[in-house]
Amino acid sequence: MAIAPTEIETPPEARSEDYLWTLNFGPQHPATHTTLRLVLKLEGERVVDAVPEMGYLHSGFEKLGEHLTFNQYVTVTDRMNYISPMANNVAWHHSVETLLGIDLTPRCTYIRTIVAELARISDHLLSNGAVGLDTGAFTYFLYAFYQREVIYDIFETLCGARFTNSYTRVGGVSQDFTPLVIEKTRAFLKTFPKTLNDMERLLNRNRIFVDRTKGVGLLTKEEAINRGATGPVARASGVTRDLRRDEPYLAYSDFDFQVSCASAGDCYARYLVRMQEMRESLKIVEQAIENLPSGPVDVGIDERMALPTKKQVYSTIEGTISHFELSMSNRGFEVPCEEAYAAIEAPNGELGFYLVGDGEDQAYRARCRPPSVLNFAMFPHLIRGHTLSDVVAVLGSLNIIAAELDR
Amino acid sequence: MTDSTETKEPKAVENPHVVALVELCGALESSTFRGQQRVVVPADKSLDALSLLKSRGFDLLIDVSCVDYLEYRGAKHRYGLVYLLASTAGHQRLTVRVFVDDPEPTVSSVVPLWEAANWLEREVWDLFGIRFTGHPDLRRLVMPEEFTAHPLRKDYPLQGRGERHNFPVITRDHS
Repeated sequence: MAIAPTEIETPPEARSEDYLWTLNFGPQHPATHTTLRLVLKLEGERVVDAVPEMGYLHSGFEKLGEHLTFNQYVTVTDRMNYISPMANNVAWHHSVETLLGIDLTPRCTYIRTIVAELARISDHLLSNGAVGLDTGAFTYFLYAFYQREVIYDIFETLCGARFTNSYTRVGGVSQDFTPLVIEKTRAFLKTFPKTLNDMERLLNRNRIFVDRTKGVGLLTKEEAINRGATGPVARASGVTRDLRRDEPYLAYSDFDFQVSCASAGDCYARYLVRMQEMRESLKIVEQAIENLPSGPVDVGIDERMALPTKKQVYSTIEGTISHFELSMSNRGFEVPCEEAYAAIEAPNGELGFYLVGDGEDQAYRARCRPPSVLNFAMFPHLIRGHTLSDVVAVLGSLNIIAAELDR
Repeated sequence: MTDSTETKEPKAVENPHVVALVELCGALESSTFRGQQRVVVPADKSLDALSLLKSRGFDLLIDVSCVDYLEYRGAKHRYGLVYLLASTAGHQRLTVRVFVDDPEPTVSSVVPLWEAANWLEREVWDLFGIRFTGHPDLRRLVMPEEFTAHPLRKDYPLQGRGERHNFPVITRDHS
């Protein structure tokens, strides 16, 4: 039976927004890459509003930090931003050493700088590769992933683990650089710029890619500061803040490099900033590996912070005592009853830890300041007024890693 | 922060921002550790103090977090909020602490000053149960809505209290 249009009554509870279509984006969607959820309100294909939801990967990292010792917790930091675990390792122990007041050896600062920069390259490769993938450039993604494999190979040679490195220790690192690692890093430095050129030629002037990213997800400089953006997202909006230059930690004051910035503030600018940062990271790694200081990599026995080498343990009494004390649960580190915050310029932005010490071997409170949270919080602001297909471009350009987001 | 060793050392040149805060709020407890300047602001003046600091160049809110001092030796207050501020132009940093206590830990929201505080304060509410007055949308951030406890408090056990087992089972029809 046909119903005449006049017979259909408008329900009394109908609101003016009822013509909007609600779409659940995630938590399981290929373009979210990890587990996060967006509730989109659509008018046709245009996004009227977006409500991001997080917490699907909440695993209580900060609570765990109050129960694991400073050396044990490094394994947890691997699993925060698992795209660049080395950078998280460096960030964690940078904060711990700030709290404990340890001065690293020059060799250790150089080694940590090198691994942090390699981590930045691998993070940017994935981030840009994912933007390419989501906007239809699959070849580009494969180029990026092949190079990530090379970096994984360097890390595997260095510490035995490709993905979850857990490389740093309080006062040092778990393994010193071997000649093979240096050789592989040099080989990477030689071959990677060629791939980077290829990648730039693939996408920088690709009509489809530029059309899909230029002018999309605009973030002005004022909004970037107001919303707490850091890292490439802020630098693409004209905020020239880079902790490597502004608050030099590790060995960054020794190297010559540029801070990559853009003023457009759209997805394309964020892509360009990341591409340029990879070149600058290469410059830093090259300078560091050619000027790698000799000498011990861990702090000395007298400091009683890093485990002594096996040779020292078996042949000197100081080494034996130091090893024994560091292994005992009631000795260990001398932790001040104090609080300190230290941050590094992680690939995603400022990654810092606010640590409270109470004399024990584990932190009383280990607050992680993740860059992803603030980046994800500004997502509704960036997407309003754009189309549904732009959601993946904006999401990719912010490089949100849900494990770091939810901790 | 309470039994600080470095506060006994002779004080360096007084930080001009701290001087300005003292003019606003009266005498304040301030200290430095590893070169990091920290200042404690009373809870009822926190919004004014942070607004003053924002006008003095601390335009970037790095973090809002909290520490539960329940088991901390010599602590006078239960919760200590941590506001990490930075300036994008001068590359300075300042840590502002605000202490609040049970039974109704409440502090003014700084969302009117920085939009960045929106999710950070939601997280503090979620994990510590501190209310932010004036917050536009104070919902839980990482824990589910049905959750009743605040898990980063020190009286909450590491392995939880079994809340997960009491969550209602969602069937396919109701999902």
